[in-house]
Amino acid sequence: MTEQQHPDDKSLDEQTLPDLAKRHFFKKLGMVGATGAAAATGVSSAVEIIKEPNKPSWGGATFSDAMGDFFQDHYSRMSDEEMNEALERIKRKAKQKFGVDINCEDTKPMPDTYFGYALNISKCRGYRECVEGCIRENNQGRDSQVQYIRVLEMDEGDSNLEHSDHYYDPATVPVAGKYYMPVQCQQCDNAPCVKACPVEATWMDKDGIVVIDYNWCIGCRMCMSACPYWARHFNWTEPQIAAQDLNPNTNYLGNRPRMKGVVEKCHFCTQRTRKGRQPACMEACPTGARVFGNLLDPESEIRWILENKTVFRLKEELGTEPKFWYYTDEARART
Amino acid sequence: MKVFYAFVMDGMKTALRGGPLYYMWMLFLLVLIGITAWSYSHQWTEGMVITGLSDQVSWGFYIANFAFFVGIAAAGVLLTVPAYIFHRKDVKSVVIIGEAMALSAVVVAMGFVAVDIGRLDRAWHVIPGLGKFNWPNSMLAWDIVVLNVYLFLNLFIPMYILFKHYQGKETPVRKYFFWVVIACFWAISIHTVTAWLLSSNVARPFWHTALMAPRFISSAFTAGPALMIIILQAVRRYTDYPVSQSVIKMLAIIMTISLQISLYFVAAELFTDFYFEGAHAASMHYLFLGLDGFDGLKSWIWTAVGLNLVALTLLMVHKTRENRVTLNIACVLGFVGIWIEKGMGLVVTGFIPTPLGEIFEYSPTLMEIGVSVGIYALGAFVFTILTKVAIEVELGRIGKHKNILKGVGNISDTVKQVKTAAAK
Ligand code: SF4
Ligand code: SF4
Repeated sequence: MTEQQHPDDKSLDEQTLPDLAKRHFFKKLGMVGATGAAAATGVSSAVEIIKEPNKPSWGGATFSDAMGDFFQDHYSRMSDEEMNEALERIKRKAKQKFGVDINCEDTKPMPDTYFGYALNISKCRGYRECVEGCIRENNQGRDSQVQYIRVLEMDEGDSNLEHSDHYYDPATVPVAGKYYMPVQCQQCDNAPCVKACPVEATWMDKDGIVVIDYNWCIGCRMCMSACPYWARHFNWTEPQIAAQDLNPNTNYLGNRPRMKGVVEKCHFCTQRTRKGRQPACMEACPTGARVFGNLLDPESEIRWILENKTVFRLKEELGTEPKFWYYTDEARART
Repeated sequence: MKVFYAFVMDGMKTALRGGPLYYMWMLFLLVLIGITAWSYSHQWTEGMVITGLSDQVSWGFYIANFAFFVGIAAAGVLLTVPAYIFHRKDVKSVVIIGEAMALSAVVVAMGFVAVDIGRLDRAWHVIPGLGKFNWPNSMLAWDIVVLNVYLFLNLFIPMYILFKHYQGKETPVRKYFFWVVIACFWAISIHTVTAWLLSSNVARPFWHTALMAPRFISSAFTAGPALMIIILQAVRRYTDYPVSQSVIKMLAIIMTISLQISLYFVAAELFTDFYFEGAHAASMHYLFLGLDGFDGLKSWIWTAVGLNLVALTLLMVHKTRENRVTLNIACVLGFVGIWIEKGMGLVVTGFIPTPLGEIFEYSPTLMEIGVSVGIYALGAFVFTILTKVAIEVELGRIGKHKNILKGVGNISDTVKQVKTAAAK
């Protein structure tokens, strides 16, 4: 574990996330330098082999659990009983791996709900609190540094993503002449990732959330190539989380602990929103820039925004129909 | 049934017997396969973190090789068409070698997909019926289907013909003509679908071009014949199987034309992207000129362009195309040039910059190459065995028919004709 940030030596709470992001960035920069130099020979000289600490056999499970995992059927074909067994396996595995008793449910979509998200870019000041809140809530691997939300620092008067800074230092924000645009899974209504998946491991649920069954994903990464918003992340290694950092309230199609070799992304916090709570990023945001809600409810705040503000969606020309809107404080002039 | 059993047994015996050179070659390949087994076991236990891949560049060396070898497999059709549709006797005698090459290339391509997916233990999820198959939406689902059918066709047709020859029988072409025609269309389809795997992604402007599939086919018909020319010469050198020079000449002409078309396509793409450079040209800019100080692929692509241009010159001059040495040089250069252009050039570049405008570079790690070497070796291994058995049957040295029982050996009609043709 040479350069890897191991959750044991320092918990994420002690070290602010932006620091991590920065470190990650510099590590990557170093790698880019090395790869650039090695490009002529075609081989990156720095081959790091990261050993997993005390990994038990069967991927940390008993033989019968490993078999149960292996033969587990597609989500849509699982009976209630099979699902209960799967949930028990997840709990046992979490106990074995993290030493934590977690709860894992299979929370179904609520009736008459269709979720959407709106984000006020004139309020967002680039603190990255949402990124941190998301990681605490959703059990992303701490050493693998998976983040569902990326906040882009943009030059005023320019919305070209290529000019954005992904690795700005949040200690300095807000910087004059810059504005901030957080990007996460846009929950496309016409989702290219869903279309691309060869095994239907990812699909749009009844409440409009594009979910992933981590037990069905084969890790081919078709969906990552297909996503125009760079929302999907692959577990290049077994995700590691310190016991005290694990969120024990989990959902099957949501924040339950993932395994290596599968893809994950923002799922609008199914474990919260399907129980009427706010997503963690909205709760974490200190500026109130984020508004989440039910698009089918005419009284909801998000409906008010869509009806009264000038909104736009990212890369709308691609026909992905995102359910994630951006808006500014300027109200729309009414005729 | 009994005869078929004998056919299989004889085939296995042939594969196990050979001179010291044969054993050394096979041992060498086995060592490479061993390296892959070792490297892959690391990838399996530690995760794909041992590769140079990242969330930014999520496909690399493996998928590049996959795309390239599907092309080699498709190029098998370049012998099938003249042999069965145009009834060229000289080609027909070596078509079996082309089919063996196609089959081995499919094995290599599938091998690269196998090591690229994160959860090989869940590979059964793609089996229609057992798993859940996103048909007809997912291009990868399509690719799985067409590749497997192609594998089957390239196994079934030659096996059938060989088995007949084994019994000393000639089968009229019309009996399997239907399947041959299917196989020809299928060859084009496997490579088209592989191109669509990339070009179907609206998220990646660099791939999202209708020219992708034509580019794939034209480059495959360059690299395929190049490899085939070298292989046919090797067969001529290390075995007593007759290979007529006219086949090599034909392949060299095909390669020349395909390389011209392929380079023309590249030029057309370059014009479209660079005449008035929009945001969608960023990847192309990165590839050829570098972007914001990052230019990891620049030296690769210019090398490829250089190699292809030299190869093209050698091929276009009649004298150097006819000359054995310069033709071989052209083949090697063209093969490597296309491999770089298609592999690193077409696959990796699509990821840079990311859809959010981040530039993050990729180059394969030693481990990744370690995983790959044995997959090539496996292809060579399969090819060697298939060709060896096929040659023994075709030359009438193994079989169940009266000439063998009489001890005079049997030479199938086509081979007889080719022998006389080659002697001329
Ligand atoms: S943003 Fe990407 S991951 Fe999310 S639904 Fe759209 S295509 Fe899929
Ligand atoms: S990586 Fe998983 S979710 Fe994505 S396309 Fe492949 S199987 Fe589907």
